[in-house]
This record gives sequence, C-alpha cells and structure tokens, in this order.
Amino acid sequence: MRRERVPIAVGILAAIGAAFFILPLLGLIVRSPWGDAIKALTAPDTVEALKLSLVASLSATVIALVFGVPLAWVFARVEFRGRNLLRALTTLPMVLPPVVGGIALLLAFGRRGLVGSWLDSTFGITLPFTTAGVVMAETFVAMPFLIITVEAGLRSMDRRYEEAARTLGAKRWTVFTRVTLPLIGPSLFAGAVLCWARALGEFGATITFAGNFPGVTQTMPLAVYLLLGTDHEASYILSLVLLVISLGVLVALRHRWLGSA
Amino acid sequence: MSLEANVRLTLGALDLDIELSVDEAEVVALLGPNGAGKTTLLRAVAGLVPLTSGYVKLDGRVLEDAASGKYVPTERRSIGVVFQDYLLFPHLSVLANVAFGMRSRGMRSSEAAEKAAHWLDRVGLSAYVQDKPDALSGGQRQRVALARALAPDPRLLLLDEPLAALDVTTRAEVRRDLKRHLTTFPGLRLVVTHDPLEAAMLADRLVVMENGRLVQTGTPAEVTERPRSQYVADLVGVNLLRGQADHGSVRISDDSVIAAAAAESGDVFAVIHPRAVALHLRRPEGSPRNAWPGRVSGVEMLGGRVRVRVEGDVPLVAEVTPAAISDMKVAEGGEVWVSFKSTDVGVYPA
Repeated sequence: MRRERVPIAVGILAAIGAAFFILPLLGLIVRSPWGDAIKALTAPDTVEALKLSLVASLSATVIALVFGVPLAWVFARVEFRGRNLLRALTTLPMVLPPVVGGIALLLAFGRRGLVGSWLDSTFGITLPFTTAGVVMAETFVAMPFLIITVEAGLRSMDRRYEEAARTLGAKRWTVFTRVTLPLIGPSLFAGAVLCWARALGEFGATITFAGNFPGVTQTMPLAVYLLLGTDHEASYILSLVLLVISLGVLVALRHRWLGSA
Repeated sequence: MSLEANVRLTLGALDLDIELSVDEAEVVALLGPNGAGKTTLLRAVAGLVPLTSGYVKLDGRVLEDAASGKYVPTERRSIGVVFQDYLLFPHLSVLANVAFGMRSRGMRSSEAAEKAAHWLDRVGLSAYVQDKPDALSGGQRQRVALARALAPDPRLLLLDEPLAALDVTTRAEVRRDLKRHLTTFPGLRLVVTHDPLEAAMLADRLVVMENGRLVQTGTPAEVTERPRSQYVADLVGVNLLRGQADHGSVRISDDSVIAAAAAESGDVFAVIHPRAVALHLRRPEGSPRNAWPGRVSGVEMLGGRVRVRVEGDVPLVAEVTPAAISDMKVAEGGEVWVSFKSTDVGVYPA
C-alpha cells in the first residue's frame, strides 16, 4: 500500500481530535483505585445494579427483536402513505434527549397517563417506577437502532432468493423465517448488539420514567451517577466496567458497523 | 396437456407481447438477444411478474387471467425453476437446498432428506450433501439447482440461461447431462437462452424473440434454413435480404434489384450464403447478373475461412479462403466487386 502524504495541518487537527477521545478514557484508567476494584464490584448494591442492568437490557433487546424486526420489514417492503412519517416517529428516540423520552413515557404510561390510567384502573397494572418500567424506557430508546439496521439489511438483500423459495412452494411465513431472516442474519445480529449496548447505557429515560430504586430500577448507569456523590472511587470502577463492555461491542462489530478496513 | 401463455406486459423499456405454447412431446427453447424479454416471459409464466393482459394456462387450468383477475400465486403453481445464477440458498446445506421444495409442500423432514439425497445421487453429487453451496464449483452448483427444481416433481420445468454462468470447459459436459435430464423429465420443459448452439442442442423447437415479440418458431433446422430476422441470420451466419419478388428478381430497395432464379412474387426473404458470394478486384468478366462494387468494412477469420463484410447498394458478407485474401490484398477500406449467381439465392415468403 502506498503511504499517504498527510498535510501537516490535517495531521495536527486529527491528533487533537483523537486526544479528545483518548484522554478521558486514560483518566478513567489511571485514576481508578485498582486496589479497591474487587470490593467495589462485589458491593451488594453494585451486584444488584449489574444484575438488573443485564436483565433489563437483554429483555429490552428481545422485545425490540419481536416488534422491531416486523416493523423494519414493513418499512422495507410495504409502500403506504405516511411510511416516511411513521419511520421518522419510530426512530425519533435516537435524537430525542432521553429525559424528554422519559417524560413522554410518563404522560402515556404513567398512572395518570393516556394508557396508564386505563391499565391501572382496569388491570391494576402500574408500569412507572417498576422493573418493567426500566425495560420499557430502555426499549423505547434502544429499539430504533435495531429497526434502522434491520431495515437496511432487508433493503440490501437479494430478493430473488425469496422468489426462488416461492417457486419451490414456500408460503409467505416460510419464506420469511427460512430465507429472509437467515439471509439478513448479520444485520439482525448487528442491530441486536447495538440495541443491547444502547439499552445497557440508558440513563435519562430510565431515571425519569422508572426512578432510582436500588434493586428495582437502579441500573448500572444510575448507580454510577449516585456513587459519584458518595463514593466517587467506586463510581470510577463501575464506569470502567461499562466502558469495557461498550468497547468490546464496538470491537466485535467493527467490520460490520464501522466498515471493514 | 400443455402450457399455453398469452403474455402482454410492459416493464421499464421492455414491451412484451407474445403467445407461447409448450407441448409435452417437445423441449422448447426461447432464443433471443439480451433484452428481448425472454427472462421476463419466463418470470411471467412463474407468476413473478404480473400480466397487463393475457393469460397463463397449465394443462387447461388457469394460473393467471388478467381479464378476470384470477391469479394463482407462484408458490401454488406446480413449477420448478433453474435460475441463471442458480440462487441456491447460501445458508443451507446442499441437501437442505434440494429438500427445500418438498419441505415447503409439507413432506416430512426425514422423507424429504431421503428423496433429496436420492436426487443428489442422480446428479452425481452424493459426496457433497453436507457442503454449503459456495464450497462447490460452478458446474456442481448448476446440478444442485437442477436437482432442487426437479425434486418436488413439478409439472413445468423452467430454465433461465442454465449454462450461461459456466466456463467453456464445463459447459459441454453439463449441457450433455442437462440434455439427458430434460429428455427423461416427464413434464413440460421451457429453456431460455441467448446461445443458438445451446438452443439447438437442448430443444426440439425454438421460439425466437426480439424486442418482446415472437419473430420465428420452428425446429432448429427450419429456423437455420429459413431465417426470418437479422438476428437469426447473424446467428446462422448468412446474408438475409427482404424485398418484393417479381419472377426471377427481388427488389431490395428503390435502387437495387437482385436476380434470384427462385423468386416468384410477393413479399419475400432472400438468403445468400457467404460462400456463394465471390470477391473480385475488377468488374467480373462474363457479366454475372448480380455484381456490384463496394467498400470493405470488416475482415475476420472464422474457422479457417475469412469473412469479408462489404458495404454497397446491398451490404453483403463474403466468405473466402485466406489464400484468396492475400492474393487480392483485400484490406479494410479497400474497393472490391462482389458477385453471386442467381441460382444461389434462396427465396421464401416473408
């Protein structure tokens, strides 16, 4: 490969840009009290938060798959009026401040919300400030990542395989499950992992809609924020844990998402 | 028992309007240049493209009828399709690919696997059942595609350029095997191809298409003896002219008339084999009735002979020996005379 000659100004600006990302990570690594790592990680509250985070983020991912894949299929395959508007609405949480998402969820599913009051009076179901509420908040914020990834996968797949399956007598559902889904497997996987990582890091919508109760709604990001006020060294360790998980996801996905080098 | 299709549809620049029938006793090849609409016609028969008007009937049963709006979806038509690039499912094993059609139609998985294994044995691939398609060579993939299409026992077998994706060395062998499977297949058979040799070797009857229309149909021998379009004439390698016959001559255009012993009357095609066309440096002696000057616009070698294209009142191709070329020093742009005998002109009604 030919060595590219970098203009000096570009090189300097790029280096500053890179340093902007590297320094905070370095700070986290250097200033973390490594000696207390075991103690901080095994504290009962931390273990609870970690467990809750994993359960809630994985649940959110499963829910996003169940509803997001069909939604992506409709966006990719069905032409209807208002499709672009609906697509914009379902991907809005990607750009919306999560706190706003949390407030919107409260207004819809809170005890006095549009649907929430009915759920409460009819079934006695309360969603806000419960673990289910955490899952809802995370799904709301993370599902759009799955939808856009899967829709892109559906649009780029060779649809003639579906035609080949039809000539072999496969009905619509068989085509979908036996041909379409396996062929978009990589997009499905990438979408699910991105969705999961986003759910794991969710903070704003969760604290607004589900509150911050240890063992019930206090996920890792919430615990980190809370610890920052009381035991900031422990919060460094937990931050590092979240960082390692996120980095692991990005590295695993780099070929798919950041483009293969 | 037959396939009868009357297909009219437009798709992009293609305007398709053609009537087609396939009988049990014959293998039919759709032959035509790229963009003629062959593949679209095949897809319409399979139910993958909707008709604007017309119908598709299989054994008298209506599969699609634009007038009544009746449409039997692709998955409920008894068809087997071999696609041009095979479209084997990359995520399934060779065995699962071949079993797919039987599984889709509700056969038990063990029985489908057994039948699929039997088909793979028939096409000589029993050693590859567990492999993924991309581990196979082009010729092997073609066989898997054929086995996959045949395994569910379809009534109608459709093949879209079944040999086009193969290299020359494997093509002859795969063509021979394909011929054998086509001969033993008990249902209706339709092959799409742009290769005249392939069409002639695989099919009993050719349907020649150009620009979405049927231009000629007949046995390979009939089509090559009496081309009815420039496309077929070029494939066969003969000079094809069209004009008005008038007892011993054919008027090609306002300025040019050729002498043709066989000409009687009416709108006719006149065909002249390039070997019957002679080249001269000067006006030929003995004044044959068909002789005129022209300019050489192309010279190419073809199987030990040289084909010389001469532009003039009537553009013609002459086929001569390499020795004659070097004697006459014929080169592109040079002036020559062409001549042919009136008895060497084949004439038949247009």
